[in-house]
Amino acid sequence: MSAAARQLPGGPLINADRFRSIHQAEWERLDALITRMEKRSVRALGDEDLLALPGLYRTTLSSLSVARDTSLDRSLIIYLEQLCTRAYFQIYGVQAPVRRQLASFFAHAWPTAVRGLWRETLVSAVLMLLAATAAFLLVRSAPEWFYAIIAGDLASGRDPSASQEHLRATLYDSGDGMLVTFATYLFTHNSQVAIFAFALGFAFAVPTVLLILYNGLSLGAMFAVFQTQGLGINFTAWLMIHGTTELFAVAVAGAAGIRIGMAVAFPGRVMRMESAVLAGRQAGTAMAGVVLMLLVAGILEGIGRQTVTGDVARFIIGTAMLTGWIIYFYLWGGRRA
Amino acid sequence: MLAPRSLKRGFVTPEGVDLKLELGSAAARAAAFLIDALILMALLIAATLALIYLGSGPDVALTLWLVGFFFLRVGWFVVFEMGSRGGTPGKRLLGLRVVARDGARLTAAAVIARNAMREIEVFLPLSFLGTEAAEGTADRFLILFALIWSGTFLFFPLFNRDRLRVGDLVAGTWVVQTREARLVPEVLDSAVAGRRQFSDEALSLYGIYELHTLEDVLRGGRADSMATVACAIRAKAGIADDGDDPGFLADYYAALRTRLEAGLLTGQRRADKFS
Repeated sequence: MSAAARQLPGGPLINADRFRSIHQAEWERLDALITRMEKRSVRALGDEDLLALPGLYRTTLSSLSVARDTSLDRSLIIYLEQLCTRAYFQIYGVQAPVRRQLASFFAHAWPTAVRGLWRETLVSAVLMLLAATAAFLLVRSAPEWFYAIIAGDLASGRDPSASQEHLRATLYDSGDGMLVTFATYLFTHNSQVAIFAFALGFAFAVPTVLLILYNGLSLGAMFAVFQTQGLGINFTAWLMIHGTTELFAVAVAGAAGIRIGMAVAFPGRVMRMESAVLAGRQAGTAMAGVVLMLLVAGILEGIGRQTVTGDVARFIIGTAMLTGWIIYFYLWGGRRA
Repeated sequence: MLAPRSLKRGFVTPEGVDLKLELGSAAARAAAFLIDALILMALLIAATLALIYLGSGPDVALTLWLVGFFFLRVGWFVVFEMGSRGGTPGKRLLGLRVVARDGARLTAAAVIARNAMREIEVFLPLSFLGTEAAEGTADRFLILFALIWSGTFLFFPLFNRDRLRVGDLVAGTWVVQTREARLVPEVLDSAVAGRRQFSDEALSLYGIYELHTLEDVLRGGRADSMATVACAIRAKAGIADDGDDPGFLADYYAALRTRLEAGLLTGQRRADKFS
């Protein structure tokens, strides 16, 4: 080797120099490939580059080990460290293509996550139902309870003092445009409840349970108002067209929150932090699904409910949605792993 | 809890090499979030102005604005963090990256869980205060409560060793600092002949830490700092001043590094002058 001709009293310095000159081309090639992957994607690499990538990565990683143990050239070690870190995240941390990720989310991840939460979902559904029944009975026995349960602006005139005509109108008239309804929907009651039920779960699930109970209470109170005016069935139809999807979503969000809270409170044999992470991953997938369900509910509320005004049609749509979700989550989805 | 001495964390790849990741500091993360918030706000203002300019009715404008804001703030973080750079533009500017704590790939579920938590960490108290203020109903107690609430989440990263947000905690992620480093040439041209020779005592004064400091001084190339360092070394080693500070420092660096690297090969790593 020609570098040996430059042998000087300061031997190892020359070694470090030679180490660089032998491997520098590989490091620089890896650097260029990684930069291209970061800027665009893996697809920016040709076949030849793609085949070379793992080899280059391992060579550079071993260069880092060698440099750390034999060289005191700090700039070289820092360079290799950052290059290896970037390469690691591109090689091991890279996401599957969006289309495949979406496909596996719908075919597998989402239903599996929701199915895994079935106990908690059942609990939050039962809680909601119990609260609704309680509120219904309370408002039936003494209408003043209504004002204690539902805040004024949320009721928008739908309270015990309202006439039957007014209540009927709220069920069948499309006051605002579809878009307005849809947007206000996104920020109104139930979607907020869903997000907070999930996000507050880590406080040992207490706020989640309270939110779910409160959601049930307002539902029951509202039902009581319509029921006393003989509009019970009409209200149910009005609610069902989007409510089966929306309340299902709220129940799943509550379940996700409860799961996280329970994982933090009772971690079992794993560490508390680890337990929270495991629960958080599964709950996170279910939550992504909840957002989609809320979007579907928003479309049903904004468009479906404005155009479909027949009670029977509303019942059919609501029941079909519910059956669809149940089949998707618990019977069909994700069986093919 | 004690303040951490260092933000370096061991991170062993499947090949068995420790990459020694550096966690993003609280300051860098706050700055990254501020940049993102500013970009989001600028986009919102631009969109609002466009809506007004187009002369759409207040109902439609408000609707589009609300929907847009929702998708913007939810989508911004999720979409960028799922990308190949693992961070929003703000994070990229500061060299931050979201990474799964166990070294596995960052899943979409983790990113969503991480950012869903942001709703209660930032937007809940903000929007709450905003509405209260707009309606003029905010009393002192409510403001105090909202401040304590958001403060708890805001300063949460400062109270744990790994600088985890509540969202990071639940999603199993952390934020690491990446560095852009170019391969710079060796500080010395090793082919220079006729170096100064140093005695054993003169070379046993310093360890690796001092060697690296000396490397910085040589790379910096500032005459005054070179003079100070050269003067200190000469005084300690009892060497006469020959008036050539850069040459002296380069030769001393070469000799010290040769000696310390030879030590490495025999398993002696001298961290600094005290060891």
